[in-house]
Amino acid sequence: MHGRPRKPLKPEDAAASAAKAEKLRVLQSQFLHNHHNHIYSKEAVELSTKLLETNPELYTAWNYRKLAVQHKLTENDSDPDSLKSILDEELRVVESALRQNFKSYGAWHHRKWILSKGHSSIDNELRLLDKFQKADSRNFHAWNYRRFVAASMNRSEEDELKYTEDMICNNFSNYSAWHNRSLLLSNLLKRKVEGFVSKEKVLPDEYEFVHQAIFTDPDDQSGWFYHLWLLDQTVRVDSPQLVSSWPTPGSDLILLGDRCLDGCASSPFTRFHLDSRTFPLVLYFNQAVEGVNSSTITVDSELNTNKDLVWKPLSSCNSKAAQVWVTQLNLPDGNTHSSKVFPVEDSSPISSLYQLSIKNDNELTDFEWRAATIAKEIDHFRELLSLINCKIGKLTLARLLMAHDAMMCPPANKISHSEEVLELYNDLMRLDPTHVQYYKDQHSLVLLQQVTSNWESLLSRCFHYSNSPSNRGSPMCLQLKNLSLSRLGSFDKLLWVQMLDLSHNELRSIEGLEALQLLSCLNLSNNILGSFTALEPIRQLKSLRALNISYNEIGAHSIDTTKYLCSSPLSHSVGSEWNHGQTVIDDDIKSYWEAYFILKGLNLTQFDIVGNAIVNEKFKSFLIKVLPGLKWLDGEQLH
Amino acid sequence: MGELAADKHVKYIISVEKKKDSFESVVMEHLRLNGAYWGLTTLDILGKLDAVDEEDVISWILKCQDESGGFAGNIGHDPHVLYTLSAVQVLALFDKVDILDADKVSNYIVGLQNEDGSFSGDIWGEVDTRFSYIAICCLSILQRLDKINVDKAVEYIVSCKNLDGGFGCTPGGESHSGQIFCCVGALAIAGALHHVDKDLLGWWLCERQVKSGGLNGRPEKLPDVGLLLLVGSFKLDHD
Repeated sequence: MHGRPRKPLKPEDAAASAAKAEKLRVLQSQFLHNHHNHIYSKEAVELSTKLLETNPELYTAWNYRKLAVQHKLTENDSDPDSLKSILDEELRVVESALRQNFKSYGAWHHRKWILSKGHSSIDNELRLLDKFQKADSRNFHAWNYRRFVAASMNRSEEDELKYTEDMICNNFSNYSAWHNRSLLLSNLLKRKVEGFVSKEKVLPDEYEFVHQAIFTDPDDQSGWFYHLWLLDQTVRVDSPQLVSSWPTPGSDLILLGDRCLDGCASSPFTRFHLDSRTFPLVLYFNQAVEGVNSSTITVDSELNTNKDLVWKPLSSCNSKAAQVWVTQLNLPDGNTHSSKVFPVEDSSPISSLYQLSIKNDNELTDFEWRAATIAKEIDHFRELLSLINCKIGKLTLARLLMAHDAMMCPPANKISHSEEVLELYNDLMRLDPTHVQYYKDQHSLVLLQQVTSNWESLLSRCFHYSNSPSNRGSPMCLQLKNLSLSRLGSFDKLLWVQMLDLSHNELRSIEGLEALQLLSCLNLSNNILGSFTALEPIRQLKSLRALNISYNEIGAHSIDTTKYLCSSPLSHSVGSEWNHGQTVIDDDIKSYWEAYFILKGLNLTQFDIVGNAIVNEKFKSFLIKVLPGLKWLDGEQLH
Repeated sequence: MGELAADKHVKYIISVEKKKDSFESVVMEHLRLNGAYWGLTTLDILGKLDAVDEEDVISWILKCQDESGGFAGNIGHDPHVLYTLSAVQVLALFDKVDILDADKVSNYIVGLQNEDGSFSGDIWGEVDTRFSYIAICCLSILQRLDKINVDKAVEYIVSCKNLDGGFGCTPGGESHSGQIFCCVGALAIAGALHHVDKDLLGWWLCERQVKSGGLNGRPEKLPDVGLLLLVGSFKLDHD
């Protein structure tokens, strides 16, 4: 039992306990004998009753009882009365066992099994549940059973909703009741049951309801999680939307060959330095989608000579769904030394929403209500926070402000709340140190949103790579260094980036970076990347030629916390990847499988890794084997 | 800070193993295989697995195997996935998994996968995401994971994901640390961790630590040592 101290038994108690034990042992032994010999006499069944009433965890006894019931049913199958009494007895035993331990999985399941025989009334079951839920309103077995009964006995969801309301009014801190409420409402809204046809009509009352809980006791979490659910219901748009793509439709894409001089003052967003005969077309959605192919997406451009483009999802584990999809367009022959301007348009029948600036009719009418609701909530929480200093209140306000900004994009009046949100997260880092990493991550995301929110801000961070002999011939480098970034985001705004400097930040992972398909140079030096598995997105960056991961923490930790987020020979999803017959699995690969896995498909010419614990002569010679095209390693020219 | 009294722990575990006649022991006789796993893993972590008689333990475990291939909690009881996993895990501790007919054991588990991808605990049909974890973990140790429909299994687990980022025992079930451990563990083994909302769940799990330093299983509940293991081990997975 939880929460009780243990004390050694006194001698007289020990003797009593031993006697009890012996008695129980005899009974259990007898029971097993009955079970193995299929004895279902009255006495035998009563024996199992006795055992289960004191020890409902004896799972084999529940199994035995089911067999006994089946046996009796085959003997008496034409007599409804005896059927009823047989099943009634089972229900009585379950109830008795539950009184002994109302968390017994075996007991609850036995009851479900009996009910599946078509017995008992809904009133009966609700009466039982009432008793247990009064005794413990958080008993998840009871709540699960309640959902089972409601579903199998067609109790209306509206009635169940009322029940959750009663439980919550009884005690605001009932997380189980709030959870159930969110479930019921989800279903009612999804099925558009009468009275629940539109979120606009339903959610405002829910906000009112949850405010009572939150404002009564701001430290209790139940109401807050429900509020988070309401917020999600308010802002979410269920159909996937194309958020961004590269090349940007409606723009002129300028493709520069390797030897051409860039005379015109074109923006880095539409200028692409080629070093091969193909270039990628990238689609970025707001959620993982499946089924992007040449029949669902049409690309109209001067270059589209090939009828069937092959689209690939960028996912780390062979999943068919991804947020980012990419295909390759081939350049027509010749013309690699001159620049060429291509007007690019593409249309995507998947959604009529593009850059969130065009909304279809449905969205427009909903938009007003959504925006108004968020604005109202923002006012409420600003008021609450003026009275008390509450961590989850600040977090909610930050989320509300970000949701508000996201809805207003593109900013009609250019007012964004980023500064206020960044302040809130700074406050939260001080107020709630247990979650500091989470707040840091959120802070980084908001900061990146702010930095990428407009072209001016991005341009101010674009520089020519200083080592390049000819400034004009090389792409611009976007500098996002020294921003204390612990997390990356806003990839939809960065699809055009070819050179990226993320050095001197606090990155432990680069999740999502695979979206930047144009990357040829990436600087991640002076961060806190702890292993090669944290670099997994790099595997998808086929254009990458120069990579700098110097001064990180690779090899410094005995435990790899990102191991399971990455495909590995130890994980199920890989299989095919590691069975390629061409590689000889030598000792080096065994010692450095993470490095091998991440780097082997890449075409790097320049690699910097100094300042990581894993680096030694053995590792360096391993690298040279794995990266045959490498010309520079840690600044030294290779031969 | 004091040191772990390793010897005392070892003595305690051995004494519990030997004390088969106490009332508590008899009442829990049906889950002795689970107890064996917990006790022996502890001994192994303390480097004292040799304190028990390996042959004794193994021969007892094999007697718990049913003709279906599954294992019972003790000799004479019915088979169930809970004890099947414990059996395989204990044999793995002794590096003796190969004495099993891996196909026989895996067939038992494979037979318990349902159409929606979920797993029943035994032939009587109780469904719970704990059993999904058990199936996936067990088959993974036996290197027979490809015998089940992993995609469907993952799909079922994902259907048990809640808005707070956590997982319940069945679709719609409230988030609970124990279930979360099982679901995240199963997804990790199946290479499907991208389904987890790491931020949200990480936040929810951190909230499990109460002022006393212990960890509870759900909001507003009391801390529990068992959950310390589950929640703690999960956090390691996710930074």
